[in-house]
Amino acid sequence: MNDMTPIAVKTTLKDWESDQEVRWCPGCGDYAILKAVQRTLPELGADPANTVFVSGIGCSSRFPYYVESYGFHTIHGRAPAVATGVKLANPELDIWLVTGDGDGMSIGGNHTMHLLRRNLNCQVMLFNNEIYGLTKGQYSPTSREGTSSPTTPLGSVDRPALPCAFALGSGARFIARAYDTGKQLPDVLKAAYYHRGAAFVEIFQNCIVYNKDRFADFTEKAVADSHQLWLKDGEPMLFAKGTKGITLDREALTLKVVDVVDGDWQAAGVITHNVKNKAIAHMLVEMPFGPFPMALGVLFDDARPTYEDAVLGQDAKAREGKVADLGKLLAKGQTWTVSGTAADPI
Amino acid sequence: MATVLADTDSTAVPGGTPVPEAVVVRFAGDSGDGMQLTGGQFTLSTALAGNDLATFPDFPAEIRAPQGTLFGVSAFQINFGSTSIETAGDAPDVLIAMNPAALKTNLSALKPGGLVIADTGEFTKRNLEKAKYDVSPIDDGSLAKWDVLAFDISALTLESVKPFGLGNKEALRCKNMWTLGLALWMFDRDRAPIVQWLNDKFRKNPVLAEANIAALNAGHAYGETAELAGPLKKLHLDPVPTAPGVYRTVTGAEAVSLGLVAGAQLAELPMFFGGYPITPASAILHNLAKLKEFGVTTFQAEDEIAAICSAIGASYAGQLGVTSSSGPGIALKGEAMGLAIMTELPLVIVNSQRGGPSTGLPTKTEQSDLYQAVYGRNGDAPLPVIAARSPADAFECAIEACRIAVQYMTPVILLTDGYIGNAAEPWAVPDPSAYAPFPAKFLAENNNAEGGKVLPYKRDANGVRPWIKPGTPGLMHRIGGIEKAIDTGDLDYSPVVHQAQTDARKAKIDGVAKGIPDQEVTCGTETGKLVVVGWGSTYGPIIQAVRRARAKGLDVSHVHVRHIWPLPANLGELLKGYERVLVPEMNTGQFKTVLRDQYLVDAKPLNKTSGQPFTIAELEAAIEAALA
Repeated sequence: MNDMTPIAVKTTLKDWESDQEVRWCPGCGDYAILKAVQRTLPELGADPANTVFVSGIGCSSRFPYYVESYGFHTIHGRAPAVATGVKLANPELDIWLVTGDGDGMSIGGNHTMHLLRRNLNCQVMLFNNEIYGLTKGQYSPTSREGTSSPTTPLGSVDRPALPCAFALGSGARFIARAYDTGKQLPDVLKAAYYHRGAAFVEIFQNCIVYNKDRFADFTEKAVADSHQLWLKDGEPMLFAKGTKGITLDREALTLKVVDVVDGDWQAAGVITHNVKNKAIAHMLVEMPFGPFPMALGVLFDDARPTYEDAVLGQDAKAREGKVADLGKLLAKGQTWTVSGTAADPI
Repeated sequence: MATVLADTDSTAVPGGTPVPEAVVVRFAGDSGDGMQLTGGQFTLSTALAGNDLATFPDFPAEIRAPQGTLFGVSAFQINFGSTSIETAGDAPDVLIAMNPAALKTNLSALKPGGLVIADTGEFTKRNLEKAKYDVSPIDDGSLAKWDVLAFDISALTLESVKPFGLGNKEALRCKNMWTLGLALWMFDRDRAPIVQWLNDKFRKNPVLAEANIAALNAGHAYGETAELAGPLKKLHLDPVPTAPGVYRTVTGAEAVSLGLVAGAQLAELPMFFGGYPITPASAILHNLAKLKEFGVTTFQAEDEIAAICSAIGASYAGQLGVTSSSGPGIALKGEAMGLAIMTELPLVIVNSQRGGPSTGLPTKTEQSDLYQAVYGRNGDAPLPVIAARSPADAFECAIEACRIAVQYMTPVILLTDGYIGNAAEPWAVPDPSAYAPFPAKFLAENNNAEGGKVLPYKRDANGVRPWIKPGTPGLMHRIGGIEKAIDTGDLDYSPVVHQAQTDARKAKIDGVAKGIPDQEVTCGTETGKLVVVGWGSTYGPIIQAVRRARAKGLDVSHVHVRHIWPLPANLGELLKGYERVLVPEMNTGQFKTVLRDQYLVDAKPLNKTSGQPFTIAELEAAIEAALA
């Protein structure tokens, strides 16, 4: 969110660490995300007293306990609804929503959709590990086809949901992608924070117990350059150290990987990223990994009026010039007066 | 007040020379005929005439059921009189039937000797077939035990609105006002307030206003001229003796809305209302959406779960969170209620009960969500439950629900039902300054005497934790649905902690009983042969049945319970003072089970689940049988 932080508060990473013992499995990608958030918040000048982390249920949703701010660990899938009430009750609060692929895309998919559609001003961090961790390894709505799990011993048959495509389809105005150990995560979080409105960030997260190294094919050092496309507004879509790029196949209206010779990306027809171009965003969120690199960074960022501004603005307008006289309200409509002495009523 | 036997004990209107103390009129027509509107305006006129009244709107679940069908009939019953009225009346004295289907579905309720007014214009071959009549009942003598006034209201309406050049369909829509005009004549009512209402309603279309007024006047004039010829008699019922003051009519849904606004004001809190459309609870969301100036924010959520969760979020942030629904929606909210219990946040949950299970009877009334309210959550999840007994009582109950929620940091369920929600009764407009405020307190400074971190779960003498608004400097803490350590609220599910916190949550809710009034005897004596124990909307028929039985010399008393959970501290002792306990309920015996469980009392059930309220006669018979 927040272009209206009244006073930038000086904090350090330590100030954002709660006294609670962190209970994720050793080596879990959540540790890296927690650290990235705790490192980012001081840089944003965020105030712990004015910050609320709201989560649902799952491994990721334990997150609020470990951040020294206000925190609400709610129930499975419902964090967006709770956050909506918090924000409407106090729009000054800076809200971070923490959810996972099961929490946010499955049981809470409905609420995620409506929070994004309404454009509630908050940051949504969806930790996607493509598995149910806390319930011991069942396949999730983002698991790839054929995922073998206790509930799918023969491999899953349903097609996975694409969180960023879902978010864009739901009307989100900010969509970004990063991964747990990536050094770019703080920058992505900052961009999300500075976007006024619902900022959706999918963070690939390594579940080392039930879905180990699921994202290694683009996060490993050896393949990172050749398999990660970091998007920057106004810059050409280049990867593999500038030797490859993304172009638009104008006949098929699809994206295409092209080789870039001697850095001449213009000659190769590489397109530049425009975070306000929804058509490009549509293609990027659907761009299949494998034939294409993984699209990371800010995919779409085009702010619109926020939900709480609309609701509370309308409320304020409705209140203009009106006095809240309860006595008058109770006596509204057609009344009649009984006078004189009467028998006692029942 | 005065005599107590009035409810529906009148002689039938026609023929009966003495003026009855009360009259029951039922308007019945196709669901597109505007019967609810007609009934509503007749109710207003009745109230303005100073009669006591109770109404019962009874309409189908379909918005526009196929025209002329039996299941598409919509009815509105009103009982009014010059004496105390507590129910909408057992049986109508007058039935106004706008088509054959309306006649067929409502005739059996009509008192012998009662008056049928029927619009013959609608008794066409096709409509008779739709109502499954082979021959018109008007012609075949099957209505012999009633007085019948059958004439072509449709044609008379068309005639009366002719000057306004309306299309046939639009012109016929004025039929309900024609009928209302006739009803106003029958009971000697002033037309002026209705004319004013019509002018207001059709402000943007003065032609329609004039046409409707013309139809109203024509119906009224018809009464004047038909009087000598037919069974129609003009009746004037005197105003009921009433305490001086300003009165208005109020429905339960209105009273709940106003009570919530008053409750939030008394708590000195803005109100956040999260709702989702559902029959018959939506009216509360509609009402509150118009009251922004009272610090109300309404939020139509994406579903019932989001409705309650947003309210919980608002309570967490320091407002009074409220949500409302009916049985199926309340079921969806169950898990979130547990969250509010666990996080110990104030919340008011209104359940306008309807017939169940599942979709059940969306527009009919029932009291079958008592188990759901008292027991219906996972885990040991106690919360206070309050039940309103009438539309006006719903105002007081809503305030009480807000008070307990704020003072005990707990969700509270307020039970009303479809009958209370839609029914109207006269209401002495209360003076807001007569209510004691219960301002909410927020923790502003660290409550840890030893100087460590803030203790969000440190309980006071009543077992209540502090309310801490996010945004308060220095009091950062985390809450959640997971079990928590004593005082600190840190995540902790060790055996000793869960035992202690379960006990603490139970003790807190049990302790609410200390802050509520002792149970009084609603009518009768503190000991005796029989007590009829009721809760919710059965109040009207029970009190009238008990009064009648007592007038006959029977030893029976009435105890009507508002606080369903926890129960009033003295209730067990009180019930032991009677030889027999009878519990009438519009369910299969839910409160009876609670009473048996809590007091080991031999409570006998009397159950009805037809979607219709008890009649006084049914309860009178049960009382006599219980004492036989």
